[in-house]
Amino acid sequence: MGGMGRDNSAALWDGSASAPAGVGDSGSELGPREAFELIVKRHMKDAYLIALGLVGNREDALELSQEAFFRAYQHYDTLHSKGKFFPWFYQILRNLCFSHLRKRRVRRASSLDDTQLGCPEPEGRDSFEPDAIAERNEAKDRIWKAMGKLDDKHREVILLRHFRNLSYDEMSKALFCNRGTVTSRLFYARQQLKEILDEERGAPIAPREPGEPTKGGQTS
Amino acid sequence: MTCQHYRDSMMAYLDNELNEEQKRTFEDHLASCADCTRDLAQFRELKQMTDCVAFVEPEDRVWEQYWGNVYNRVERGIGWILFSVAAIALLIYGGFEAIESIIVDPTLGVLLKIGLLALLGGGVILFVSVLRERVYFWSRDRYRDVRR
Repeated sequence: MGGMGRDNSAALWDGSASAPAGVGDSGSELGPREAFELIVKRHMKDAYLIALGLVGNREDALELSQEAFFRAYQHYDTLHSKGKFFPWFYQILRNLCFSHLRKRRVRRASSLDDTQLGCPEPEGRDSFEPDAIAERNEAKDRIWKAMGKLDDKHREVILLRHFRNLSYDEMSKALFCNRGTVTSRLFYARQQLKEILDEERGAPIAPREPGEPTKGGQTS
Repeated sequence: MTCQHYRDSMMAYLDNELNEEQKRTFEDHLASCADCTRDLAQFRELKQMTDCVAFVEPEDRVWEQYWGNVYNRVERGIGWILFSVAAIALLIYGGFEAIESIIVDPTLGVLLKIGLLALLGGGVILFVSVLRERVYFWSRDRYRDVRR
């Protein structure tokens, strides 16, 4: 089974590949529905893969990416520069995904309460199951499961850098922050990922520098 | 500078995001710092492992149906808006018609008319009040996503 997600998506973030010809131009030949259909078809794979990296579950990623396009369609009039569709759309998508993850955590917490009260734990789609990974092996499975244990914002930078090949400048545009914040967040994200993997392997964690924040203690 | 100051450079070095001068400065530090050299090797190993992970490609059917699923949502959204507007308009119209017919009906006694009108008026006030409360609290509920 082939893998996907390593194509260079750089042009998405600077706007040069966002709007298909005829979309958003004053002399557009396409109706709004047809124009938006082109946008969806152009960006659906990126949207799905980003959602998958953020929420870790294929069904949820499909559902959330489609919902994000629906919401983008509702508010498309408010986007002044149609050429910058993807960075704008990304904010909708990530907010939806983060909100979904928060709700999932709330559900988990309440189902744990129920279990403690003697109710059976409800069956649900688990996140970050390795069936989302192509050409699986033990190392990849471990990385993917560890991704699921990262804080949302740390997972986001790992996803953008490693899975979507974004440069630091593109990441700073996507995350509305400066390069310094990007590098700093990447450091803590990788540090956290390394610690999770070390803990699972049972290996001792490398000693920290005095005064260094603990796992997940700082995001930027 | 301490090693902590170099950790951002370490990330940028790893991701090939440093210019030549910054690269040289960091490499000079590496040459004299065993801790940073060890950390860099660990981060490099992690990067290589992470770079190998790719997602399973969904079946073509998923992409063929993708726009259709988005469009269904758009269509349903328009459908719900039209349905809601029409339902409210018809309810208001029906309410006025009912009130008018109650007032002009000579077979109904005055007390019965007052009772029916009060019943209708009360129902409308209760409905609007509950709806307003729901909308108000939902939009201002900061704790709706808070974990128990």
